[in-house]
Amino acid sequence: MTDYKELVDAASAAVGNATDLAALGALQAQFLGKKAAINAAKKQLGALDPDQRATAGKAINEARQQIEAVFSDRRDSLEQAARLVQLEAERLDLTEVWPRPARGHAHLVTQARDRLEDVFVAMGFTVAEGPEVESAWYNFEALNIPDWHPARGSFDTIFVNLGEPEEVMLRSHTSPVQVRTMESQEPPIYIVAPGRTFRTDAADATHLPAFNQIEGLVIDKGITMGDLAGTIDEFVRTFFGEEVKTRLRPSYFPFTEPSAEFDISRDDGSWLELGGCGMVHPNVLRNCGIDPEIWQGFAFGFGIDRLAVMRYQLDDIRELVNNDVRFLRQF
Amino acid sequence: MKVLLSWLREFAPDIDGDPVDLGERLSGLGLAVEEMTITGGGLDGVVLAKVLDLRPHPDADKIQLVDVDAGDGEALQVCCGAFNMSVGDLIPFATIGTVMPNGMEIAQRKMRGEMSNGMCCSGAEIGLGDDHDGILLLTQTANESKLGTPITEVLGIEADVLWDLEVNANRPDAMSVAGVARDLAAGLGVPFTMPTFATERSASAIADLAKVEIIDPTLCGRFMARVLSGVKVGTSPQWIQNRLTALGMRPINSVVDVSNYVMLELGQPNHTYDLAKVPNGHLRVRRAADGETLITLDDVERTLVSSDGVIANGADEVIGLAGVMGGASTEISGSTTDVLLELAWWDPPSVSRTVKRLNLPSEASVRYRRGADYGPNMDRALDRFVSLLAEMGATCASGQIDERGDLPSREPLRVRPAKINSLLGTDLDGDAMAALIEPIGFETARAGDDLDVVIPTWRWDTQTETDVAEEVARMFGYENLVRTVPKGDEPGGLSPYQQDRRLVRETLIGAGLDETFPMPFLAPGDLASAGLPEDGVTLANPLVHEESVLRTSLMPGQLKAIAYNQSHRVERINLFEIGTVFLPPKGTLLPDEHEHLCVALASQAAPRAVEILHVLDEALALPNMQLRAASPAGMHPTRSAEVVVAGKVRGHVGEVDPGVAAAFGVDGRVAWFELDLGALLDGPHGNRKYRRVSKYPSSDIDLAFEVPNSIPAAAVAGSLRKAGGKLLASLELFDTYRGQGVAEGTRSLAFRLRFQADDRTLTDTEVASVRQSCIDMVHKQQKGATLRS
Repeated sequence: MTDYKELVDAASAAVGNATDLAALGALQAQFLGKKAAINAAKKQLGALDPDQRATAGKAINEARQQIEAVFSDRRDSLEQAARLVQLEAERLDLTEVWPRPARGHAHLVTQARDRLEDVFVAMGFTVAEGPEVESAWYNFEALNIPDWHPARGSFDTIFVNLGEPEEVMLRSHTSPVQVRTMESQEPPIYIVAPGRTFRTDAADATHLPAFNQIEGLVIDKGITMGDLAGTIDEFVRTFFGEEVKTRLRPSYFPFTEPSAEFDISRDDGSWLELGGCGMVHPNVLRNCGIDPEIWQGFAFGFGIDRLAVMRYQLDDIRELVNNDVRFLRQF
Repeated sequence: MKVLLSWLREFAPDIDGDPVDLGERLSGLGLAVEEMTITGGGLDGVVLAKVLDLRPHPDADKIQLVDVDAGDGEALQVCCGAFNMSVGDLIPFATIGTVMPNGMEIAQRKMRGEMSNGMCCSGAEIGLGDDHDGILLLTQTANESKLGTPITEVLGIEADVLWDLEVNANRPDAMSVAGVARDLAAGLGVPFTMPTFATERSASAIADLAKVEIIDPTLCGRFMARVLSGVKVGTSPQWIQNRLTALGMRPINSVVDVSNYVMLELGQPNHTYDLAKVPNGHLRVRRAADGETLITLDDVERTLVSSDGVIANGADEVIGLAGVMGGASTEISGSTTDVLLELAWWDPPSVSRTVKRLNLPSEASVRYRRGADYGPNMDRALDRFVSLLAEMGATCASGQIDERGDLPSREPLRVRPAKINSLLGTDLDGDAMAALIEPIGFETARAGDDLDVVIPTWRWDTQTETDVAEEVARMFGYENLVRTVPKGDEPGGLSPYQQDRRLVRETLIGAGLDETFPMPFLAPGDLASAGLPEDGVTLANPLVHEESVLRTSLMPGQLKAIAYNQSHRVERINLFEIGTVFLPPKGTLLPDEHEHLCVALASQAAPRAVEILHVLDEALALPNMQLRAASPAGMHPTRSAEVVVAGKVRGHVGEVDPGVAAAFGVDGRVAWFELDLGALLDGPHGNRKYRRVSKYPSSDIDLAFEVPNSIPAAAVAGSLRKAGGKLLASLELFDTYRGQGVAEGTRSLAFRLRFQADDRTLTDTEVASVRQSCIDMVHKQQKGATLRS
């Protein structure tokens, strides 16, 4: 019986000297190819006695498996080495990649407005919009503010040179949208009306002549002032946080009665006035063709810009219209 | 409206408690506290002193050296920044160690090398009035024998609480100390009493001295008058001066001060005439004739219109503007002895119109406009006036004039507690509601389940059931309403337009653009600078000339924003805006408003704007968006195109005209598009259809054509698509080349066409055939375009 150990040792020695996969391939032909010694030995098995043939065949197979294992191990280690070389060649310093913001920024007012809309949409409101230039009917008269009314002066209206003097104006609130909605839509009505409004306030750190408001209007059967207080409370808790409390104080607006200011609580226990609200005045309902004996409702409103100013503690509200890219990119 | 706690207590002595809590109660009643001040406190150490000498500070211009005698006869040197004192003046003086009401402690200190041993005080510093500029001079009011006496004693100042209340337009009652006391007493549940003021009358009768005719009863609901004789116009008592000052009014003279005192205390504005200047004491109340004139108390000649209410004399000459301002011709002067006192109720809208027209607001008109009290309080106010002037030696003729015009109805108002409950969400019966509003003067009677309510004469604004509901709610307490949340039957949501607008915004933000929000005002000339028609709607009362035109395009605002950022060395200025533009009305009253979208990319050329436009197209799935060469106003004449969607022009894309950019101070090119977003989103879009992805292999063919510059690439692509038909799975323009090898006036356009069928593998023959069809179609439809070999 021939000992194949020499053959295995020879293969092992040769493979150990192979430094790349090509050299290994050449050796593989030499030790495991058709003309390799191990295969020649196998061909000679047929000449042996049957009883020797089994023993010899087994020895050949074992030797062949050992040689194959030698090659397999070496191939694995050579491949691993080649991969390491390749990976090292591909090494990148990712801090060489300097940020160039691929994404732009939504304006702060838009962000605040979207958040507000989302909260009210979740509470069952739709979002209504309307023109920014309005007639005296929509801005004042339909809202129970006749021309002699002292409240008219308090709106500091910006008028435009159309129609009769003081007949056409930049809307001083988004309430005209409420009127237009009530005129065109049968109750029940659950809307919020966000948008730009205008007053003759000279621009300074806390005022802009063009600013943004959101107003809400609910008209349905059996709507109460308790519903108003509850709706404001739910909105405030959703928007500002569960711990924030609300309170209503009597106030006066020509278009609502009873009317109220609403405040939200601050961390230090003091109150911050947020906006105005009240039960829609029966004259307003009548002006819009709604019977106040059947339908009741409430309305509320407050500033959007102020929320942005509060949230980020801006020290100058004019930043909101300066369009300084260095400001816009902060949010 | 300012009120003092001590004054409120004269009507409701049981008003008591922590000033902060009382302020909260006032706010809860709708009388919001804007400011609360504890007055008369912190004045320990402030004494009456006399100015002995005044001399310049050797080393400072803005302060001088003052020697004062603070009661011990010694001359104390003080450095003082005010220069209104003369030697001999009596002043309030804060001695060393005094802690002022604002918390500042007075210490001995050196100012520029000179010692200062105390402080001379202004009125504001000791809580008397708002005057910060000069030292309070007490030479007329105080006695030199009181030098060194605490100023509180000299001036009769007691510790007090001053609230500055915000009084709403529907609260005529709260424009007086008595009215605030009534509300607060009701809110606290303590008694409130209106005092009566005794008056003595002389033998002469008013009927012999004066006569009033109400010509227009719609103007004047009630006109009362009395005549006072022996009036000495001088200074009023210190306590009156103190209260007027505390409430923000400047003491003038005894008659004016009493007039103001009565107005503040009882809410009844009044007017005094020098009787000697009113022939026969005859007054006629009427509307003005158009063009009539009057010189008012402020010595301004006013031209009147027929809606103005006036008081005329017996010769029918106008001598006063009803409820707004008196006339100069009958003004009280130092020589006045006989006074005709007017106390009237004017129609609020009439007063409002005149005040607004002449821009003449006053403490009196603000009360008339809300509706003054037309009831017995008018008699009380006359009594109060007479009794105060009587203390200064005047006597009042017997009787009074009391003429009536049209007054509000005193008929009971029927209100339904059920309706009020349904408005408030309360469950109160008629008796409970009555109990809430009776303390503030509403008289009630049960009428079955309903209530008959007589509105108090001091609540002109209260006229309807809803007005009464508000009073019930106010006295019930808004904080006691049970909070509920109504839920409508319909779900909430954004409209498709609103959702798409958010998608547009998100898309542009994703493309790296920052959202801007300029104001919509332009300067005159901005539109011309932008090459646009100057047809912007103008403002009637702009704040500044530079913001007096409404924009018709978003371009000027964006160019200003770019110029601003460039001037601050900002790089990568990529902006967009969604905002309203205002085109001139088209046969309507209101302007033609459109919501526009614009993109402005500084230092970038037209192709970048087109790329962003295509990103938007991808987001909105616009049907067949096409660019059609055009030269829109304000844009680069050879680098712009109309954006056509489904056959309609929706805006423009390209570059801003370099001349326009320069006119706005912008450096370099501006890639630009502006679309009518409203019209675009109202039109068809977002209509995506599923097309099965083919499982069969595709074949790519590259075709390059030499195409005259006059033929748009889009036209060549159109021919390729037409010929390729359903087999053309995709088409890409992968190269454009001008230069060597391509004829002058043409360029090479290289397209990659991918052919693929849904149901089979295309044969080489089929691909060759469709390739030839594409070439033929371009040659046929695009004259001058030739296939490059």
